[in-house]
Amino acid sequence: MNKKTLFMVMAVILIGVFAITGCGQQTEKSPAGTDSDVIKIGVYEPLTGASAAGGQMTLEGIKLANEMYPEVLGKKIELVIEDNKTDKTEAANAVSRLIEKHEVSAIIGSYGSSLSMGGGPVARDAGVPVVGCSPTNPLVTLDNEYYFRVCFIDPFQGKVVAKYAYESLGAKTAAIIMDASNDYSVGLSNFFKKAFIEFTGDENCIVAELKYKTGDQDFTGQLTSIKELKPDVVFAPGNYGESAILIKQARELGIESVFMGGDTWEAPEFLDIGEAAVEGAIFSTHYTEEAPVTEVSGEFLKAFKEKYSGNEANAFAALGFDAYLVVRDAIERAGSADPQAIRDALAETKGFKGATGIITLDENGDAEKSAVIKKVEGGKFVFVGVVDPE
Amino acid sequence: MNFQLFLQNLANGISLGSLYALIAIGYTMVYGILRFINFAHGEIIMLATYFVYFGILIFSMPWWLAFIFSIILTSLLGMGIEKVAYKPLRDSPRISILISAIGVSFLIQNLSLVIFGGRPKAFCQPSIFTKMVTFGNVKITSITFITPIIAGILLYFVTYLVNNTKTGMAMRATAKDFDTAKLMGIDIDKIISLTFTLGSALAAVGGIMWGLRYPQIHPFIGTMPGLKCFIAAVVGGIGNIPGAVLGGFMLGIMEIMLVAFLPGLTGYRDAFAFVLLIIILLVRPTGILGEKIAEKV
Repeated sequence: MNKKTLFMVMAVILIGVFAITGCGQQTEKSPAGTDSDVIKIGVYEPLTGASAAGGQMTLEGIKLANEMYPEVLGKKIELVIEDNKTDKTEAANAVSRLIEKHEVSAIIGSYGSSLSMGGGPVARDAGVPVVGCSPTNPLVTLDNEYYFRVCFIDPFQGKVVAKYAYESLGAKTAAIIMDASNDYSVGLSNFFKKAFIEFTGDENCIVAELKYKTGDQDFTGQLTSIKELKPDVVFAPGNYGESAILIKQARELGIESVFMGGDTWEAPEFLDIGEAAVEGAIFSTHYTEEAPVTEVSGEFLKAFKEKYSGNEANAFAALGFDAYLVVRDAIERAGSADPQAIRDALAETKGFKGATGIITLDENGDAEKSAVIKKVEGGKFVFVGVVDPE
Repeated sequence: MNFQLFLQNLANGISLGSLYALIAIGYTMVYGILRFINFAHGEIIMLATYFVYFGILIFSMPWWLAFIFSIILTSLLGMGIEKVAYKPLRDSPRISILISAIGVSFLIQNLSLVIFGGRPKAFCQPSIFTKMVTFGNVKITSITFITPIIAGILLYFVTYLVNNTKTGMAMRATAKDFDTAKLMGIDIDKIISLTFTLGSALAAVGGIMWGLRYPQIHPFIGTMPGLKCFIAAVVGGIGNIPGAVLGGFMLGIMEIMLVAFLPGLTGYRDAFAFVLLIIILLVRPTGILGEKIAEKV
């Protein structure tokens, strides 16, 4: 390849990059004015990409809630759905599209802490409130008074998993493999590490801390160095797809440690891809069918089974369901579709009965809720126990 | 790091490298004959994995039949892409075909996203490919043996075809000069079409082996392997078929060793491959096994 062609190739690649990032930017002002009889709620979720299953499960819950409670203040609620493509930049774009093009009153989303952290500042600067369904990293709502969430946060989740490892599994040593490009995975790993050191009282109980990044398919390099360390547990939170392949490769290499993770593992794809290798994997999540907590849980379960008969009710659908109801409740209490008024009403949310539990938002906008421990057994997610917050 | 651990890492590297090698063969063959980088190669790989998936899911084929079905369908698709996107541009400057290839790549990617959906799906793994072989403390899955064997067979087959058959001679003649080849009575349309069909079949084999090793498929699954194998082909000397295999193995082993010995640099794994590409282009633009060819500009 000579210099001239090389230059041309580079030019073409650059044009290509601009072409993909630049498309879909032209906006048309929607004709609907503010006085219309619809209230628009934006939704930004990863409907494609590495977290697609999570985003789609959440969306099912949101849509279900919208069907059951389609109105507020005598007006129809219209959902405007944007795909953030499991990409931080796309998430920011999606939020600004929702605000500028569709002029939504409030936003719901997103599965994945990194994605929520991409969208958060945009919403804050525009003064539009967002309610997250399952982003668990504390930084999502910290210093952002417009971001709320209906789930617990990772300092708690990390502690729950560490406690289970120490008390129920009797683990003394752990290795951590995190997805360094995923804020959720990095944050949760750090909280797990802190809690596990506290429980064991041993500074050296974390025998290895290794990294990979979203999209990697080969983890044998990292896993081989864990093999000879023989930790009791391996904590590997991350996207279900990568995690399932990681565990599979670990078993192929002969690693026998128990694998533990967080709420993202609760996706049918985790079982499909991981097959027999993920048997015995343990993780924490938000919700379980086995222990419905409020009367709304029962209502949600019944409606979910009717609408999506083929699918299991899952934590993400339940959280999507709750996020919608919390927003609707705030609009009702605010008595208007003004984003600022909705924000103020959201901040006051107290004792709201959702499908996943009683939701009270604290000064950071976080919900304090119990965590559920689940285990993979016989190709299914099996309920192990509930851990309440202290 | 003891010796057994090193061997395990080496085995892991060979496993990854053989996949790169397999895919790079298809890349380099198309380039070698048409002097054109098929940027849609990664997407053809991705489609091949989906064809297997649907073959099994919808037509409930046994896995081996699904593999054959996928290879045939992918080959036909490659032929179709050539007819629609590349053939009309045959007399245009080479850069137009390149742009067309990038267009095809995005088209297939986004079309797949719409048709197949973005949720990753599980690729089937027949147990014959996941059997464990243990040497002392070193564990190797059977696919680690199967992939290099397939890569070797295809390497032999393609080299033989290009160097020892009449069709191969026509391919080489076409590579040298379209017009002269035409004057010599070669049906260059047929030869180019055949090259693409063959290239796509090779991509399909690569894609299937990739899916067997990393059983998660989604519409973007071909992008990274596509780029990495392009790098492997350039490192080995683009257009040179044994070079592609060598480049693939080198890249795979180096990547694994980077992660194993310098865990702090794990995040730069992909960046490392591109740095390698830049270094090769600067130091030895023709690649390790590539010959210096005086090219007409």
